[in-house]
Formats: sequence, structure tokens, C-alpha cells
Amino acid sequence: MDQIIIYKIILCAIVFVVTLGAAAYMTWGERKLASWLQDRVGPDRAGPFGLLQPIADGLKMLFKEEMIPTHSNKWLFILGPSFFMLTACMTGAVIPWGAGFTIDGTYFPMQIADINIGLLYMLGVVSIGVYGIMIGGWSSNNKFALLGALRASSQMISYEVAMGLALIALVMLTGTLNLGEIVAQQDADYAYIVYQPLGFLIFLICAFAETNRAPFDLPESESELVGGFHTEYSSMKLGFFLFAEYINMFISSAVMASLYFGGYNFPFQHELGLEGNLLSAIQTAVFLGKILIFIFVFMWVRWTLPRFRYDQLMNLGWKVLLPLAIFNIFITGLVMYFTGKL
Amino acid sequence: MSLTEIAFYFLSFLAIFSALAVILSKNPVYSVLYLIVTFFSIAGHYFLMNAQFLAAVHIIVYAGAIMVLFLYVIMMLNLNEEQEEKTKNWVKIAAVVSACSIMLIMVSLISKSTYNMGKAPMAGDAGLVQNLGKVLYKDYLLPFELASVLFLAAMVGAVYLSKKETSKS
Repeated sequence: MDQIIIYKIILCAIVFVVTLGAAAYMTWGERKLASWLQDRVGPDRAGPFGLLQPIADGLKMLFKEEMIPTHSNKWLFILGPSFFMLTACMTGAVIPWGAGFTIDGTYFPMQIADINIGLLYMLGVVSIGVYGIMIGGWSSNNKFALLGALRASSQMISYEVAMGLALIALVMLTGTLNLGEIVAQQDADYAYIVYQPLGFLIFLICAFAETNRAPFDLPESESELVGGFHTEYSSMKLGFFLFAEYINMFISSAVMASLYFGGYNFPFQHELGLEGNLLSAIQTAVFLGKILIFIFVFMWVRWTLPRFRYDQLMNLGWKVLLPLAIFNIFITGLVMYFTGKL
Repeated sequence: MSLTEIAFYFLSFLAIFSALAVILSKNPVYSVLYLIVTFFSIAGHYFLMNAQFLAAVHIIVYAGAIMVLFLYVIMMLNLNEEQEEKTKNWVKIAAVVSACSIMLIMVSLISKSTYNMGKAPMAGDAGLVQNLGKVLYKDYLLPFELASVLFLAAMVGAVYLSKKETSKS
């Protein structure tokens, strides 16, 4: 028992470090990809291919002057970015990162918390993620920050609804809320994208909106607003807000890969003739590869599509995605009824 | 003390402290934030009773949806200097009387109840998703469906009210 607890703590640390490292190098990847799409060189001064750029950026953030506006609550002002960062990191706990290893007869799962309400946990973390933005925006004591916070939170609330409904259609198929089981089911059967193409599309769009990425980056919209909810933030507190966006992207890519694209499973994995730990290691690598593809899609979309107008954003969320998600639940129910799965 | 007992006392302290802070803090935004803390500690209590589903739904619905809207409205209203509304004297007296009578009922209930805390709070699987779903959809299907129709009616009513207001102005 003690062994498992120590192992879980180590796994927590590994997932945390990998998430942060991936997020750091996603900033580099984003700038490289942007420069590639815009036919320029991008960061290439710090280290070979600019690989030390994230470290340089982080140091720059740390050494910038810290500002706390007057007439604002200092504690809440600090709590905002901290809470946002915390909720960004929390979802990683329920994602199955691999099939697990067996060493000396002891089984070590690659999932920190194998709880049977994994999906609900995820939705809960997403829904409380709004508080970081709202607290930060309100405690800035700046009307632009407050308006930015209200914009951001109304966007996130609106798209959570469609996201939850898209997941309900998936849960109807899986019959479980446990993420580990959902991934394991996709080993025996096709990946759930085959059964839930519409649900995946809705989930993808909602993931873009929840992570505040373009074309849904209205909370920030640097070219039309002052800077959204983090107008008054400087130094590493601003860094936390920006960095959490990349963590959110990484985690939501992992969620999409495990819910709809088979997680760590890959085609013909049992025909390779590999066994046990080696296969498990390859599976984890494949899972990270799937996450990378989704991250690429996130960045690709950002540098391709222009931003929505605010009324278009609300119309899309409430009048298009919500009815589509309900229609998807209805169709899923009908198909399940007629194929005798119900 | 076992780990669950420590967790129980910590969560209880947190719940009572934050609930007191809700009514004692002057700024309504702080009240809402303390209320969120209260909800979290109550969700923690659900977890201690192994009612994972209830805990998750409690967080999603109360902390994640309702309190966000509360905070939203209060932040919007609280843009200007806070002006405390003057309440009439008879309203104050009525409030005190009703609060005292609720207090009396609660005290009488507590004095009659016997304390017996379960020895193993984590035991029991009545709160797991499967069992709760079976109970709701097999034994209590009709009340459950009626409650959802009631919610639908409330939703339609809210949409209708907000529509009417916009067409007037």
C-alpha cells in the first residue's frame, strides 16, 4: 500500500513536470508555427533553433516589476492567477496516460486518480476554472479588466453547456464515467470518433472556446480591447494567466485524444507481437503523439481563422451548438435503440 | 484520530467559518466567494460519505454554475459606490422574529436527535453513480420525470420573462 502511495506521488510529480514542460515548449512551438505560416523565421536567437526561448521568456517574466493596483484587494488579486493555474493543472489527474507497467509482479497504473466519476470531475474543474478569471478581473479595480472578465466568464459558461451535452451522448455509448474504462473500451472496439463524429466536432469547438483560443479569444482580443481580464497584471502573475492557457490546451488535447481517439491505443497494437511494459511504453508515446497533433490543430486554427464578433460567438454557442448537441443525443439514442444496444 | 476524522473536523470547521463569513462580510462579492468555499467544504463532506456523484454534481451545479451567475450579477451591480438600502423597522422586526423561530425549531430538533457518527464514513456505496442511477430511474422514475418537467417549466418561464422585458424597452 505504501509503495503505491509513493508511486502515485512520483506520478503526480511526473505529470506535473511534463505538463509544465509541454506548455513551455508549446509557446516556442506556437511562435515557430506562426512564423512558418507567415513566412518568416521566428525565434532563433536563444539556443539552436531558438530552443532556449521559453526559458528566456520565463526569466523575463520573473524579473519584470510586480505591480498591484491601489484600491484592489491584494489577496484576491494574487488568488486570481493562482486559482486559474491550479484548475488548469487539476484535470491531468484523471487522464490515463498509458496502460500501466508491471514490475516484479506489482502493477503500476499510469493514471493518478482512477475514480469512477472521471468525466464529471473534468466538467467540475472546467466549471470552476471561471473563478480565476472573474476574481482576477474584479480585483484589478479597473473597468476594462472587469468587462473583460465578464466577457470571458459568459463565454466559458455558454460553451460549458454544449460541451456537457456532447459528452452525454458519449456517456450513453460508453455506459461509464470512468476515463480509464472509456479508453479501454476503445481497444476492443473502434475509437469513439467513428460513433460520435458530431459529438466530437461540438466538443472540439467548445474546447477552443473554453481555452480562450482563437477564433474564440474574445476575452483577450488584444487588437480591439485593452487586454481583457489581465490588463492590470504584470510580471509572473500575467505569466501564470498566459501559461495556464497553454496548459489548458495541452490537457484538453489529452482529453480529446482519450475520449474520441482511443487514448493510448493504436491500430494493430496486439499484432505487433510486443508484450507488457514495452508495448505500454509505445502506447504512452503514441498518446503523446496524438496530443501533439491536437496541439498542432489548436495552433493551426489560431493562425488561420479571424476572431468572431461577440454576438456571433453567443449565437454559435446557444443557437447552433446547443441544439446540435441535443440532436446528437437524440440520434445516438435512436441508433442505440434500433441496433439493440439499449 | 484517523485521517477521515481529521478531514471531517477540518471540513466542518471550514464550512461553519465560511458560512459565518458569508453573512458577516460587508462586501457582497466576498460573501459570494465565501459561499463558494462553503459549497466546496460540503462537497468534501459528500466525498467523505463516499457519495462521489453527489459531490461532483454539487460542485458542477452550485459552485460551477449558480454561484458564477451570482458573482456575475453582483459584480455588474456593484460597479458604483455601495449604497445600503434602508430597510423599514417593521421589516427588521419581522426578520428577527422569523429567524428566531427557525432557530427555535433547529435547536429543538438538535436536542432531540441522537448523535451517532458512522464508524467508517468511507463505507457504503449508495452514492455511487450506478446505484444512484438505478434508484432514480427504477424506483423513483415518476417523481424524477416530474421534477425535470418542473425544471423545464421554470426554464421556459425565465426565458419568457426576459423576452417580454426586452420587447418593451
